[in-house]
Amino acid sequence: MGQEHLSWNVTGTNGLAARQEHQGIDMAQQHLLREIAGLNGMPDGAFNIRANGATAQRQSSAHVKIVGKTDVQGIDIYVEPGTKDEVVYIPVVMSQSGIQELVYNDFHIGAGADVTIIAGCGIDNCGHEDSQHDGIHTFYLDKGAHVKYVEKHYGCGAGDGGRIMNPQTVVEIGEDGYMEMESVQIKGIDSTNRVTKATLQKNAIFVVTERLMTHGQQNAISEFEVMLAGENSGAHVVSRAVAREQSTQQFISRIYGEAPCNGHTECDAIIMDDAKISAIPEIKANCPDASLVHEAAIGKIAGEQIIKLMTLGLTAAEAEEQIIEGFLK
Amino acid sequence: MLELKKIAFSADGKTILHDVDLVVPDGELMAITGPNGGGKSTLARIIAGIEKPDSGQILWNGQDITQLSITDRARLGLGYAFQQPVRFKGISVFELLKLAAGGDLTIAQACDYLSQVGLCAREYVDRMADGSLSGGELKRIEIATILARKVKLAVFDEPEAGIDLWSFQNLIQVFEDLQKKQQESIVIISHQERLLKIADRIVVIEGGRVAAQGDAQKILPDLLQQKPCCKAGRGC
Ligand SMILES: Nc1ncnc2c1ncn2[C@@H]1O[C@H](COP(=O)(O)OP(=O)(O)OP(=O)(O)O)[C@@H](O)[C@H]1O
Ligand SMILES: [Mg+2]
Repeated sequence: MGQEHLSWNVTGTNGLAARQEHQGIDMAQQHLLREIAGLNGMPDGAFNIRANGATAQRQSSAHVKIVGKTDVQGIDIYVEPGTKDEVVYIPVVMSQSGIQELVYNDFHIGAGADVTIIAGCGIDNCGHEDSQHDGIHTFYLDKGAHVKYVEKHYGCGAGDGGRIMNPQTVVEIGEDGYMEMESVQIKGIDSTNRVTKATLQKNAIFVVTERLMTHGQQNAISEFEVMLAGENSGAHVVSRAVAREQSTQQFISRIYGEAPCNGHTECDAIIMDDAKISAIPEIKANCPDASLVHEAAIGKIAGEQIIKLMTLGLTAAEAEEQIIEGFLK
Repeated sequence: MLELKKIAFSADGKTILHDVDLVVPDGELMAITGPNGGGKSTLARIIAGIEKPDSGQILWNGQDITQLSITDRARLGLGYAFQQPVRFKGISVFELLKLAAGGDLTIAQACDYLSQVGLCAREYVDRMADGSLSGGELKRIEIATILARKVKLAVFDEPEAGIDLWSFQNLIQVFEDLQKKQQESIVIISHQERLLKIADRIVVIEGGRVAAQGDAQKILPDLLQQKPCCKAGRGC
């Protein structure tokens, strides 16, 4: 741990580091950064690390500019047209109990650019007060832009204060654009209300994979609304969820077809213990050439899967863990 | 040595096995055959611990394992390849083989097991063991999980089902090698003459009873001469 600490620029003087707000990255935050973004040190290229309610470190690259907002909390990320193969990190970590914030991040992706954006939020709450991060992420994809957006949510800490996250993602995909969104929330978030809204122009594609696990008294709501506005646009929204103990989950997915298009939404959930899950899909076609499909299934782990793994020498509990891990992978 | 003593089993008020006695000596390749619904798979599931008998006793090398769990029996070296293999969402063929091997398996070893069952290893090792595999592919992977386990007694429930003609010879080779190299006891439940032929001994299970058993050379000709069974509606 001590050595890894050195790999962080604790004084925040790197590159174009934010002028006022910078501060060090503490141990708890380093742990969170590893969990949510796989970061073990300062990334190359553009990034913005937000810690305990303020920007801790920021760096732009030749083709990706990150600029702080002046009216509200948050940043604008400008990706130049034609930028290829860049990875932009914008993680948020909270290690103090009782912080509540609302942050606006806007992503402007230039025509023909192809980038990966690693977001994610980690809360380590050891105190009694609730910690809450509400992020509103808006993506504007110009013609032919490709984005892979990865968002991982994670909570830890022994305190009884809540760990709350309410992310909103708004996506506008221009002609020929493509966005892939991967969101993961496997551990430690007590309450989440996630909203994802997308509008797709001609030939645009939006692919979402969501993986969610809740336990204890946790509650999660995930809501998708995809408007297939342009001819030949397509959306594929897939959610894999596991609800354990007394947790509750609600999955709402709406896909609207306004033009000849293809839409598919799928919710596949494993329910355990005393959990409750509801899946509410809605598909609506306003064009005879729209093809929309929804699938939803909720069920226990198939008993024969557990039995098969037991015949390989695993205990019932080990078998269950393997099956859940695989299901959420 | 596995000994079944007076194993009785019933489900839904129907008796499926009537006091079955059976011994599988060390190193023997035993084939179990008999009409559909005769109780072969039920017997295999009782050996694996998936079903518990209503009465009777199961001894493994002298130890009474009648009350042991599936897991404990697996750890004692019993293996069971299902008649209908299970599909897993999100578990890859490699991961499944690795679990079977007890957590320690290299890609090269996994590929070796897959090749033995006639699968082009490189193509399959990363695939998911889910609904995307064909019936025959899944069946071969099921057999490969038993190879990876290195068990002391393996029960294969209709291993030939769904496996194409070209791979069949290969499969026979696998069983013969298993028996020779590893000194394992092997029980093959099968309806296939070519598999019955390689057995040391054939046991016929019919109506929940051992109807006949003996040397393969003795039993097989009788079996092949039997008239079609009226129960199957083929007239007698
Ligand atoms: N859990 C159960 N509940 C009710 N009936 C059962 C159950 N398990 C098996 N049976 C019945 O017991 C009989 C024996 O089934 P089993 O699967 O053991 O036959 P089998 O010999 O393996 O047949 P096959 O050659 O078709 O595989 C069948 O009539 C079957 O329907
Ligand atoms: Mg059977």
